[in-house]
Amino acid sequence: MAETVIKVEDLRKWFPVRLGLFRTLISGEKLFVKAVDGISFEVKEGEILGLVGESGSGKTTTGRLVLRLIEPTSGKIFYRGREITKLSPKELLPLRSKMQIIFQDPYESLNPRMLVGDIIAEPLRVQKLVESESDVREKVFEILEKVDLVPPEEFFYRYPHELSGGQRQRVATARAFVLNPDFVVADEPVSMLDVSIRASVLNLMLKLVRERKASFLYITHDLALAKHICDNIVVMYLGKVMEKSDAERLIKEPLHPYTKALMQAVPVPDPEARRIEVVIKGEIPSPINPPSGCRFHTRCPSYMGNICKTKEPPLIEVESGRFVACHLYGEGKS
Amino acid sequence: MQTQTKSDAENQPILNVDDLTVYYKILRGYVKAVEGAHFKLGKGESLGLAGESGCGKTTVALSIMRLLPPNGKIVKGKILFKGTNIVDLQENQVKRDLRWKRISIVFQGAMNALNPVYTMAQQITEAIRLHEPHVSKEEALERAKKLFELVGIDPSRINNYPHEFSGGMRQRAMIAMALSCNPELLIADEPGTALDVIVQAQVLKLLVELKEKLNLSMILITHDLSIISETCDSAVIMYAGKVVESGSVYHIFKEPLHPYTQGLIAAFPDIYAPKTEIKSIGGQPPDLLNPPSGCRFHPRCQYAMEMCRKLDPAFVEVAKGHFVACHLVGGS
Repeated sequence: MAETVIKVEDLRKWFPVRLGLFRTLISGEKLFVKAVDGISFEVKEGEILGLVGESGSGKTTTGRLVLRLIEPTSGKIFYRGREITKLSPKELLPLRSKMQIIFQDPYESLNPRMLVGDIIAEPLRVQKLVESESDVREKVFEILEKVDLVPPEEFFYRYPHELSGGQRQRVATARAFVLNPDFVVADEPVSMLDVSIRASVLNLMLKLVRERKASFLYITHDLALAKHICDNIVVMYLGKVMEKSDAERLIKEPLHPYTKALMQAVPVPDPEARRIEVVIKGEIPSPINPPSGCRFHTRCPSYMGNICKTKEPPLIEVESGRFVACHLYGEGKS
Repeated sequence: MQTQTKSDAENQPILNVDDLTVYYKILRGYVKAVEGAHFKLGKGESLGLAGESGCGKTTVALSIMRLLPPNGKIVKGKILFKGTNIVDLQENQVKRDLRWKRISIVFQGAMNALNPVYTMAQQITEAIRLHEPHVSKEEALERAKKLFELVGIDPSRINNYPHEFSGGMRQRAMIAMALSCNPELLIADEPGTALDVIVQAQVLKLLVELKEKLNLSMILITHDLSIISETCDSAVIMYAGKVVESGSVYHIFKEPLHPYTQGLIAAFPDIYAPKTEIKSIGGQPPDLLNPPSGCRFHPRCQYAMEMCRKLDPAFVEVAKGHFVACHLVGGS
């Protein structure tokens, strides 16, 4: 059994909503955006876990919470069995070399005033993993070659604005992998790239992940892509986990009505299989006042009445390794 | 049914783009945005225009609408809309007879194309009364309400401001506005991008329904091939300003001939296919200031031969209605 690298327990992040001074003084009300509201999952060594959901489902917030880039409101995060939720920045520093992130937009995640070489060398310098400048060059050249930015001596001295989107995302990948992390979060890393470039950048990341036996948390809204690259998938909706399963079974036989709806909305590149069919109406509700009970009940095609409206379904294991949070599969199931 | 509409369409295409060539003038020279584009669209048909960013698909749309920016110029070719060459029309003729009334467009990022300081009612009635001055304010408002109903928004919300709508509803409102003067041809530029998967599917479904209901002809511009396969009758694949392949969706998806089309299709994961590695096309799209010689795809093509570097392949018909520009197919 592979070791668990990251474990998250009942994690919450509520962002306070700024109200006018007057309203706060008079009514004393406090509003929160419940971006992530009690989720649990774990990532094993070498596992590729997909976090899937619409925008506003809390997947990006989750990715940042796991790395302690933002502070959780409550809940626990473990890295290889050690709780890291309460560690100070100083205590966290050595762990940072083990946990890295690749952001969505390579046009914003690279400092335009730094050379590509310095961008990639910065984590090495911060972690004091290099002794001399020649050491830096050696390590950076090596990773530049790995991400196919060749010849490295040329790319080392370029600025981000001289690179295309795909090349920038390769720089971001190099920066994440230069420290040999064993856990990498990638937040929609290819959604800003051109179609023909996407696959090559994605395949590069997967190659590095597999080479190093790293664990990979892949955040995406694209269920089709997740199916092809992930081992397991967690489906989120309004800050909650709706379904959790291995990718194969999840796609073959989705259990949660939300997962089913997501699947039906994915266009298929086969003109004979046309079936544009949308079973659910409306858009994702506001996370400030999420619906009571099951958060999906307002849009659910299998809505069963009172129970869905009042009682929140727990995430239960219906088959080995398959979890779903829906009353259809609770005690009341047939 | 299918064959019936097909043969009708062939008799009289509503739109015929012939050898369209558009350049943008910039300081460093001319960007050859579109070069020798050919395609036809039959009445009541929908056509998908696909390609990566920078391949010229939006430029084609802007040329049809005669909305090119001042530095953009149609240097060659014809755009025949029901037999009239749009390229030759004077600006005031385009304004009076064509834009909105005959052809209208739903822009990319339509969610931001609405004016935030006017209500939806004001914006839609303005569009109607500008193009049809004889319509009274009351009639225009009535029509705007009907349009809202048509696109699935409660007509009572006609007096709302754009910020009061969600992304999907704004996109629907934009579609309503585009339909306000009963056009025959609707161009939708990336209508689903920036929307969530489910909302995107809702919008696409709406477009397909409207097309049937109003007997519209439609051009759908997208980088997502699977959207075209779901919603269109035919497809045109562009690469670096050139049309590389066109045909019915069956031709394009079942028997793609151009290596670029094959690469694009392989780059899209099919959710129902067995787990595979996603294939990529090596290299980068070229700079259109200095496009590659010969076939523009040759630097990235795995089958590139000597002649591909020198000779621009002709656009030949390999099967009825299926055109390809590649030295591997046709000719030699």
